[in-house]
Amino acid sequence: MFKVLDSAVPIACWSCSIGHNDSTLFCPHCSKIQPPPGGDYFSVFSLEPKLNLDLPALEREFHRLSRRLHPDRFARAEDIEKQWSLADTALLNDAYRTLKDPLRRTEYLLKLEGAEIGEEFSGMGRKDPSRVPADLLEEVFDLNLQLEEMRMARNMGQSDPVLEASLTGAKKKFDGLVEAVDRDLRIEWKLWDEGDEVARAASEKRMVAMIDRRRYLSNLVRDVTEILGA
Amino acid sequence: MEGDAPVVIPGVDGSNLVPSVVALDPIPPEGGRPTVTVGNSARKALIETPERVIYSVKRLMGRGLEEIQSELKLFPFHLAGDVEAGEVPRIQLGELRFTAPEISAYVLRQLKRNAERFFGAPVTQAVITVPAYFNDAQRQATKDAGRMAGLDVLRLVNEPTAAALAYGLDRAKVGTIAVYDLGGGTFDISILKLRDGIFEVQSTNGDTHLGGDDIDNLLMAIALDEIHAEHGVDMRAHPSAVQAVRKAVIEVKIKLSTEAIAHFDIELPNGDRYQREIPREVFEQLIEPVLNRTAGPCKQAMTDAGITPEEIDEVVLVGGSTRIPAVRQLVDDLFHLAARGKKPHIELNPDEVVALGAAVQAAILAGSSKSTDELLLLDVTPLSLGIEALGGTVARIIQRNSTIPASATEFFTTGVDGQTNVAIHVVQGERELATDCRSLARFDLKGIPPMSAGLPRIEVRFLIDADGILHVTALEQRSGKAAQIEVKPTYGLTDEQVESMILESFDHAEDDFAKRLLIEARNEAETILTAVERAPQSPAWAQLTGEEQAAIAAARDHLNAVKLGEDSSLIRTATLALDQATRRFAELMMEAAVSTALRGKTMDSANEELGEAVTAPHAMAPAEFK
Repeated sequence: MFKVLDSAVPIACWSCSIGHNDSTLFCPHCSKIQPPPGGDYFSVFSLEPKLNLDLPALEREFHRLSRRLHPDRFARAEDIEKQWSLADTALLNDAYRTLKDPLRRTEYLLKLEGAEIGEEFSGMGRKDPSRVPADLLEEVFDLNLQLEEMRMARNMGQSDPVLEASLTGAKKKFDGLVEAVDRDLRIEWKLWDEGDEVARAASEKRMVAMIDRRRYLSNLVRDVTEILGA
Repeated sequence: MEGDAPVVIPGVDGSNLVPSVVALDPIPPEGGRPTVTVGNSARKALIETPERVIYSVKRLMGRGLEEIQSELKLFPFHLAGDVEAGEVPRIQLGELRFTAPEISAYVLRQLKRNAERFFGAPVTQAVITVPAYFNDAQRQATKDAGRMAGLDVLRLVNEPTAAALAYGLDRAKVGTIAVYDLGGGTFDISILKLRDGIFEVQSTNGDTHLGGDDIDNLLMAIALDEIHAEHGVDMRAHPSAVQAVRKAVIEVKIKLSTEAIAHFDIELPNGDRYQREIPREVFEQLIEPVLNRTAGPCKQAMTDAGITPEEIDEVVLVGGSTRIPAVRQLVDDLFHLAARGKKPHIELNPDEVVALGAAVQAAILAGSSKSTDELLLLDVTPLSLGIEALGGTVARIIQRNSTIPASATEFFTTGVDGQTNVAIHVVQGERELATDCRSLARFDLKGIPPMSAGLPRIEVRFLIDADGILHVTALEQRSGKAAQIEVKPTYGLTDEQVESMILESFDHAEDDFAKRLLIEARNEAETILTAVERAPQSPAWAQLTGEEQAAIAAARDHLNAVKLGEDSSLIRTATLALDQATRRFAELMMEAAVSTALRGKTMDSANEELGEAVTAPHAMAPAEFK
């Protein structure tokens, strides 16, 4: 991942050879596009790492930078400029995709801070029982049984309205639990953004647990939605 | 672009569309390689020599053997017998074999020629559109086809996005647009947000084998079964008769878009006639299952974009199949249009709107038009990119609907002491297991310095470029060595293969642009000269004044004199002059054709013939109709 580098290190521009600060996308001297700068996703948008972001402003900045960096703007440029445009735009898009989504943004920031978080989109460990939130053990167990039953009924081509109603109820409940986690997370955002180092460290710990719980819940909701929609 | 507006370049036959029909002409009697005919003029070969014709090749692009085999069950062409596993499958066309990109290259080359004829200058660069739901292999195959056709492919643009660009050009709007694109062979749905000239795709979905062809195949299966049951004729034994049925099916389908009822009337090989009425309601019942397959992708695209139907401001219809009233009804239901007092956009010809959008994108890339200066297209990758993890599951590294270019970095290590290579399997798709996804490539990271297991740290960077095509680079971090990557694309041609096909596909006489222009100019001259020669036999000739006849003769002699020269523009000018001189004669003949047509035929078919006549290359062309 991208580490925060010392941005005071000067780098020579590939085109005019004059040294410049490495966090810039265009050479201040000859205006030529530069390779992807070091630094994190926040710095792409000249932002401090914060969990509460002004999303409309982020979008405007994304559009402004896209207009300058996108490969479409370099179709007639030298090969090296094309290459940097591609790399810079990929970085810009990756950064925007991560920061605009509250959950991805939170996970990203936690990782920057050195927290251990599982891979969000890994196909592994989706039903890892060790990660079942302790207060939900019983309900999750019941729900998984019902899901299995429903799958079997579906495979036999049967419908089971009672089971369906029960699953719909469960989905509602778990949807509510996801929303509750989101509310808790928003509270933590404020605590982290405004807190000192000690407060931040404590908040990070809580957020890691919340994200684990949320991921587990939303996977469950997805499974239920899938089978109800089938 | 003409000024600020894109226009479609017509072909030699005057038509704006070049259907993707490719026919291999018979081998010339003196031997040598047979020539290839593309487009409208290849259509008649569908009935005359069906074993030498291929159409809808787009459905075969970038596909593996098994996929093509299942696809081909519905089509009259066949795979070459001796296909080896891992090779790009070839289609048998007469005595020759072609890969899908080669066939596609013939279509592209025809378009290139049409453009060169229009501009009077070589055309070497192109923007090519592809279905938004095309995967990496299908995109790569399309780029390969472009290269084989002698084109530098500046950009692949997703078709629905191109359509939005064509519509959005003259309206600086803010809003959310859904583009529903049901073509001959593919279905796409894309949802875009438009703001300050930036077209930002939010989500896309689709089915790369769903389209008008499926409707045709469905109706054909029914017709062929009925013919078998009622007349005892197994049409499958008569390829050209099957093509006659296909033609009739397509005519019925088109007619039912405007009429309440249509008829089949087909002469069978045994002399019987297959006659049947198809009311629109019956047709709509039959095709309902096909059309309903577009609903799922539409709903998924809305879910992925995080919006409800009510949040969609405009719906754009693209593709010939959206002319079917039942399709429009389905779209209306999906996006709650009528209920909100809205109508889908159909102002631009659904067969041309994508090409118009591609021209806009080309102008953006060329920076050549003021009107496109402020426009920018931000597209997405339609399918998630993943790598096969332990146990055959998929670890997703780039999610579908990510704005492209997009990248992801993954770290790999070794599992055994001294291991010097690591195999990586890259897949594309949304399923949990790698075997259910589309295999893109297997990479072998080689040349890893021997170390204890788990110690090497190989950084692999996956980058999807603005064309939606994947690039991979790798670096062993501890040694700082760029790891060697050996890419084995699961489907697709190697660079060497593409290069050799470029050479194979070039007829050297045509390589030379000036020479080609000359040949074309001479051909055009010959066409009109032949028509003029036959003119005195026509009753219309006697209606001309002596002066008019003399003017034609003079223009004819002049063209005869210059046609053997080497200057194509001189020949073309003389051809145009002869065309001018014969204009009144052509009008007289047209009138005669109309009255003949009206006497013997229905108004409909007369109109149809006239429609074709009007778009013919020369005013003399009606003489070609019997």
